[in-house]
Amino acid sequence: MQPAVRAVGLDVGYPTAGEPVTVITGLDLVVEAGSFLSILGPSGCGKSTLLRVVADLLPPLAGTVEVLGATAAAVRSRRDVAFVFQDSTLLPWRTVRQNVCLPLQVGRSRLTRAISDRSEALLDLMGLSGFGERYPNQLSGGQRQRVAIARALMGEPKLLLMDEPFGALDEITRDRLNDELLNLWRRTGTTILFVTHSIAEAAYLGERVLVLAANPGRILLDRDLKPIKQPQNRCTREDPALVAAMAELRAALAEAS
Amino acid sequence: MTPLPPIARTVLPFAGAASLIIAWQYLLPLAGVPAYIVPTPTAVMAVLARDAALLTGHFWPTAVEAGAGFLIGNLAAILLAVVFVHSRVLQAAYFPVVLFFNTIPILALSPIIILIFGLGMTPKIVIAAVICFFPTLINMIRGLDSAGPSEHELFRMLSASRWEVFWRLRLPRSLPLLFSSLRISSATAVIGAIVGEWIGSDKGLGALIIQATFNYQSDRLYAAIVLSSLLAIAIFAVVVAAERLLVREP
Repeated sequence: MQPAVRAVGLDVGYPTAGEPVTVITGLDLVVEAGSFLSILGPSGCGKSTLLRVVADLLPPLAGTVEVLGATAAAVRSRRDVAFVFQDSTLLPWRTVRQNVCLPLQVGRSRLTRAISDRSEALLDLMGLSGFGERYPNQLSGGQRQRVAIARALMGEPKLLLMDEPFGALDEITRDRLNDELLNLWRRTGTTILFVTHSIAEAAYLGERVLVLAANPGRILLDRDLKPIKQPQNRCTREDPALVAAMAELRAALAEAS
Repeated sequence: MTPLPPIARTVLPFAGAASLIIAWQYLLPLAGVPAYIVPTPTAVMAVLARDAALLTGHFWPTAVEAGAGFLIGNLAAILLAVVFVHSRVLQAAYFPVVLFFNTIPILALSPIIILIFGLGMTPKIVIAAVICFFPTLINMIRGLDSAGPSEHELFRMLSASRWEVFWRLRLPRSLPLLFSSLRISSATAVIGAIVGEWIGSDKGLGALIIQATFNYQSDRLYAAIVLSSLLAIAIFAVVVAAERLLVREP
């Protein structure tokens, strides 16, 4: 099966007024299709920048990245990849339903009207039925992120990139959304790359956790959690094996800084 | 402070205005202020009724000038803002020039505009347009650029065209700032038209204000002022109605 992401000798960085600043050099990475990968690291390690290169929001500075067997640009333009931002990025002048339907109204490969009924099913799926006519400023932070996820799912993406989507939420809401996200992943089979700076969140969600270090950005630890989360990436937050894995991730991060 | 009940919030502005009008009607004559300086409200009302034909004859030219100036000035500002946000080169080259023109006082510019356009309605429309132009240009540029980086990334993920980014993101984002500028221009457009009429005209509320002042017809002067203010309020009301229609934020 085609890997979801294959990066070879990848340098990523962000543009500035002068020379671009390189944050990660020489990254080699293969992400299996259908898997759930957590990317964990301190601020400035380039985890968000890496996600933007996979999304074709930024060009790679060197090396190659292949997404779903094609170039990142091709995959983005045929809408096989969706991005969920840290701030929900809902348009305040649109209702919840209109925000979820934005992908139907914008873009060259826009979706046809025939499947616009999906908005109802997606709102149900994200626990938002009855909220369709509300405006974003009438929602809580957790509800706004649910809308953002529903919007991302509108195009039935094969790859979902999430950049600290629950970073601004309280812990109780975050835990609940973590479980909802796992259910969603099991149901849809979408590959998810999930960037976070929470050790607990990275370990609980990921089948595999990548720990990145900063200055220079590099892979510090590549931990496969599948053996302790059977079947289908299931475990409890108190599972001793998971707690042990979290300690391992924490030690790796401490060593990095 | 606890908020006022809704009835009080509706009634109090009228009560406030009424109290000032009553004070004006009865206290100013008592204080010995002569009628040729400040006529009473009832005297002004009487002139509004008696000279209705004369006053409306002067009202319409000013209304047309202010309205046309408002439309032309704001439309030009919106279009130039659209050009500027889509071309950094043009913005860098011409925005400083525009800012420099903005520092010229409109009263200093008006005689030149009248020299160029003569004594008809055109120079008044131009002055009203110029006075509306700058605040709207600056607000519209800020508004069109006010979408955040992640909003632009969202539209890029959807492969949105430049037109779609403009229509679905930049323009709706700019509307609150645009309308705050339009609300201010509703009053300044009337100022522009009246200033134009002061300098060279025998028609319009500005001309009437000058004539009435020189002839010591202070009741007529005040009536002209009331009409100027009503004109600004009318344009303001249209702007607010348009805003209610277009800006759908609760």
